[in-house]
Amino acid sequence: MTILSGVYIFLFYAAMAIFLLGLANRIRIYARTPAPLKIVTTPAPVTQAGVVMRMTREVVLFESLFKSSKWTWIFGWIFHLSLLLAFFRHLRYVISPDFFLWPLVNNLVVQSFGLYAGFGIAIGLAGLFARRILVDRVRYISNPSDYLMLILIFAIAMTGLGMTYVAPTDIVSLKMFILGLFYFDWQPLPDDLMLLAHLTLVLVLMIIFPISKLLHAPGVFFSPTRNQVDNAREKRHLAPWAAKLDATRSGSGSQQNG
Amino acid sequence: MADFETPELKEYSVIPALERDTMKGTQPFIAKPDHQASLGFPGELVDNWKDVALDKMGDLLSRYRSFQVYLDSCVKCGACTDKCHYFLGTSDPKNMPVARQDLLRSVYRRYFTFAGKWFPKLVGARDMDKEVLDEWYSYFHQCSQCRRCSVFCPYGIDTAEISMAAREIMDAVGVGQKYCNEIIGKVFKVGNNLGLPEKALKDTLLDLEEEILDDTGVPVKLPLDVKGADILLVTPSADFFAEPHIDGLIGYAKVFHEAGVSWTLSSHASEAGNFGMFIGSYENMQNIAVRIREAALDLGVKRLVHGECGHAWRVAYSFWNTLAGPFDFLDQNYPIPQHICEFTWDLIQQDKLKFDKSENDHMTLTFHDSCNVARATRMGDKPGGQFDIPRNVIKAVCNNYVDMEESTIKEATFCCGGGGGLLTDDLMEVRVKGALPRMEALNDVVEEHGVTNMAAICAICKSQFTKVLPYYKMPMDMIVSVHQLVSEAIILTGADDGSDEQETSSESED
Repeated sequence: MTILSGVYIFLFYAAMAIFLLGLANRIRIYARTPAPLKIVTTPAPVTQAGVVMRMTREVVLFESLFKSSKWTWIFGWIFHLSLLLAFFRHLRYVISPDFFLWPLVNNLVVQSFGLYAGFGIAIGLAGLFARRILVDRVRYISNPSDYLMLILIFAIAMTGLGMTYVAPTDIVSLKMFILGLFYFDWQPLPDDLMLLAHLTLVLVLMIIFPISKLLHAPGVFFSPTRNQVDNAREKRHLAPWAAKLDATRSGSGSQQNG
Repeated sequence: MADFETPELKEYSVIPALERDTMKGTQPFIAKPDHQASLGFPGELVDNWKDVALDKMGDLLSRYRSFQVYLDSCVKCGACTDKCHYFLGTSDPKNMPVARQDLLRSVYRRYFTFAGKWFPKLVGARDMDKEVLDEWYSYFHQCSQCRRCSVFCPYGIDTAEISMAAREIMDAVGVGQKYCNEIIGKVFKVGNNLGLPEKALKDTLLDLEEEILDDTGVPVKLPLDVKGADILLVTPSADFFAEPHIDGLIGYAKVFHEAGVSWTLSSHASEAGNFGMFIGSYENMQNIAVRIREAALDLGVKRLVHGECGHAWRVAYSFWNTLAGPFDFLDQNYPIPQHICEFTWDLIQQDKLKFDKSENDHMTLTFHDSCNVARATRMGDKPGGQFDIPRNVIKAVCNNYVDMEESTIKEATFCCGGGGGLLTDDLMEVRVKGALPRMEALNDVVEEHGVTNMAAICAICKSQFTKVLPYYKMPMDMIVSVHQLVSEAIILTGADDGSDEQETSSESED
């Protein structure tokens, strides 16, 4: 076991802890904070099932973005879809064939298209980056972190592609290293530069996830303009803090009119 | 006419190149101490205003999921940047929805996020100071809370929520907007936005009854404070005196008359508008809404019908049940509240109203979807009823109807430019420039289809267009109420038909 492996073992646990706890904390805050009023953007579904459909279209197809800007939509959608494929393809470095989730990994879509997902990520990000620079309105609203986020994920994709097509890493050892993390049976990490760069960037991404705009991922599910049912007249909607005001309501109402 | 230039109407709407700070410092009058006091806000900027502002922001973050989630979720994708009518009309980048949000988000990041506390430059975080506050006051009063941006945002971020929060924070530190806060004070004191006292209201209604009698020979009533009436009509107070609003009110009265229902207005709740929403104050919004409940209970009505008003219909449709409900004492067989267009359309479908559509033949109509009706409410049972029902009513009473360009109507409708608490003369430049996209779409159908009039169902839209149309070289009386059209075409039972027909025939000969 080298010092390098030790450092990465520590970083993996730390990054995972920050990612999971940070995200859980954020989601807890979103879930705990009440939405006191019905503010759904209409026309909106009038049933809960309809809301599930609306949210599904939003998350899978980026429906609102499609209405808004076709260029942002096509690059954004390619990027996110490729990211998803890449994620599933990477699962094979983490789970064993005897694990019940293996079919998720070992299927035609993931294993064939997934191979090219890195290109999709790069193309999507390049398009979004170009838009950020070329469109004066988008350039105006961009902060350094907005560019860096694109660069970070782009670099992750490029180092990943590098290992697939240029300098393959010792994938068997890598898988043993990863599985070792899960079973607390630590194994050495192959010390090839491309892999170390790839993993380091991924760790950075995990660490900044709960403190950055990547919070849009959980955020969209908590967006009241998208997740509420349009039934304000039929069903009374009352948040806890608003209910407290309710109790004193008629008094304050008539006093104001006196 | 004014110390600014009215934008030029183009055939195709173009996204302007950015021109920084064109609207910097443009702002409404600041509320005087007594305006502030009646709403429970400090009279002027408090000494420790920065702490108060940040405390208030923290308070709102814990009370409004929308505020918390929307401040975190924006990825600066730019989808909203070309969607705001104020940006399209002014070219000022701070009128792009995301940039407007960022005026506040930058402060949120500085004080409430890890990244902003430690790396402010990296994430565009900035300290709260007087300059920032001034910027807020200017640009959060150049947002009409129309929600057009929220339609196009992939996360549904609604700038209206941020604007409301910003205005609430500003009220908390003592920097309120005169227009909104003075009006809310009037509602509490007199019962309506215009400060129209009961006596004046009664006289106005009697005058109207006389006018209708002269016109039609039918004694159509506009009852006030009638206990035991079935229906309480809640309508914007502009309906009692402004043009073309008042013609809409006459229309409601004729529909009620023909339907044979008993109805009444209330002097206690002689105002549908709820400016509490504009300033983001739940408490004030609730106090205003509760008047409706009190009036309904006091008069012992069974139903609530709501007049033509946009933001007010949002509060009524989406918030009344929450703020002033439950309305378990009303007849549950009808929607609570019911929009006057729903009411009229129901009667039309049951064939209970007779129309002479030719009465409106001198006009070719188009319909302006009012922003808050379109994107924050519904009419009827189906999503999108808020688009179809008003159009159905218009088509039932008019022969000539044309829609404006698809990307400027329905859920993508452009605000009139005067909503959200901006309908004040001290914001005339913002109002005229913000009306540009709507004026362009209107001008298109005027030139291509010979449209003569635009109908609307919002008191603010009607007032705003009356004022703004002349800036764009169009006549101010182009704007009409939907129920004004109903009023023209409706055939009242027992009406003096002869003279009416003569008028029509002489008109058509002209």
